[in-house]
Amino acid sequence: MNTIVDGLGVEGVHVWLGERHVLKGVSLTLRPRELLHVSGPNGTGKTTLLRVVCGLLRPEQGSVNWLGRSITTYRTEYQAALAYASHEPALKSDLTALENLRFAVGLKRRITADELLAALNRTGVGACADLPARVLSAGQRRRVAMARVLAMNASVWLLDEPYTNLDASGADLLSGLLQAHIEAGGLALVVAHHELKLPCNIRRLELNS
Amino acid sequence: MNVGAGQAFVLIVRRELCLSFRRPEQLFQPLVFFLIVTTLFPLGLSLQLSQLRDIAPGVLWVAALLSSLLSLDSLFKNDADDGTLEQLALSGQGLTLIVVAKTCAHWLVTGLALVVVSPIVATALDIPIAAFETMMLSLALGTLTLSWLGAIGAGLTIGLRRGNVLLSLIVLPLATPLLIFGAAATERAISGTSTVGALYFLAALCVFTCTLAPFAATAALRITLE
Repeated sequence: MNTIVDGLGVEGVHVWLGERHVLKGVSLTLRPRELLHVSGPNGTGKTTLLRVVCGLLRPEQGSVNWLGRSITTYRTEYQAALAYASHEPALKSDLTALENLRFAVGLKRRITADELLAALNRTGVGACADLPARVLSAGQRRRVAMARVLAMNASVWLLDEPYTNLDASGADLLSGLLQAHIEAGGLALVVAHHELKLPCNIRRLELNS
Repeated sequence: MNVGAGQAFVLIVRRELCLSFRRPEQLFQPLVFFLIVTTLFPLGLSLQLSQLRDIAPGVLWVAALLSSLLSLDSLFKNDADDGTLEQLALSGQGLTLIVVAKTCAHWLVTGLALVVVSPIVATALDIPIAAFETMMLSLALGTLTLSWLGAIGAGLTIGLRRGNVLLSLIVLPLATPLLIFGAAATERAISGTSTVGALYFLAALCVFTCTLAPFAATAALRITLE
């Protein structure tokens, strides 16, 4: 058994969803400055794998370790180091972009409104800070969700189809942010259908049915 | 810097209140329901004033319980639907703290609001002013207990499409003692006899659910999140 002491290790994870055996012994390792691109056809358990890695779903078999310790026993420390963006932007439509960020990131770390605004500016939606999320376009909502990941200051990024709804400049921006995150010593697990074009070293994991 | 439990609690309560006030129709719906039911009852029964006073506690409490039930469904479901519940669950704060904060905020906008408008209804039902204090206290204890019971039911029924029917089936039997003792307390206050027994019982139920329900609701939520 190879326990990763400086990163994330997933060992022999099996997950059944109802009668379906979705993940069949998936193992992966992720060290700082690494990006893992998880791909595969629809229904092969990419999102399920991401939910297992972030600790939302407990696998029937196998384990997920962070810094050599199981994430179920070190839940709080792991969650503090983690930023998860699901395939939906997870914004409250009645709250403004800034309020959405304040309430989501504020639970994780103390943060000022200026820092939140800076994160929104970096993803190009600074002008939408005071607009309710319901009036934002799908692409803008995705950018706000990305700003939330940025503002969390987390070392582990778990992103589920982050390129969905983004235009060409948005996709370039996201690639730039991922690149900067990896170069700064972070690690990222990205579920995406299309090829990731980044200068950094990308490892791939293909899930098959 | 990490965020302490107290700060996180305040932040979640603020978030919930903010969301409630952005959707005034959701905020007022249970209150309007409460007012309408209690106003319609006397009209439908064409009672004498003395008889009205006899049925007042029962009508008041049935309407209060049903109107509280109306809003329970949205306790976790809205957050689960838009994915923000997952973000809350991964925020590094304990799930129990999140459940406690959300339930407290829910009680503030539903239960406490009901307590505040209850004197209007009580006046319409000819409940004497001397009985208001007991009535409001019993309603406060009763609605708080119901919020906690509802948190367990809401946690269990998030993933279901018609979860609110099941939620009512889970919560209503558990809420029956509240109805019996709450109405009894109000009735005794109207007739001027001692209300201590019924109020103590309601307080005991409230303490019981406040201490145990958060853990049960957390467990229910964890199951449905998976």
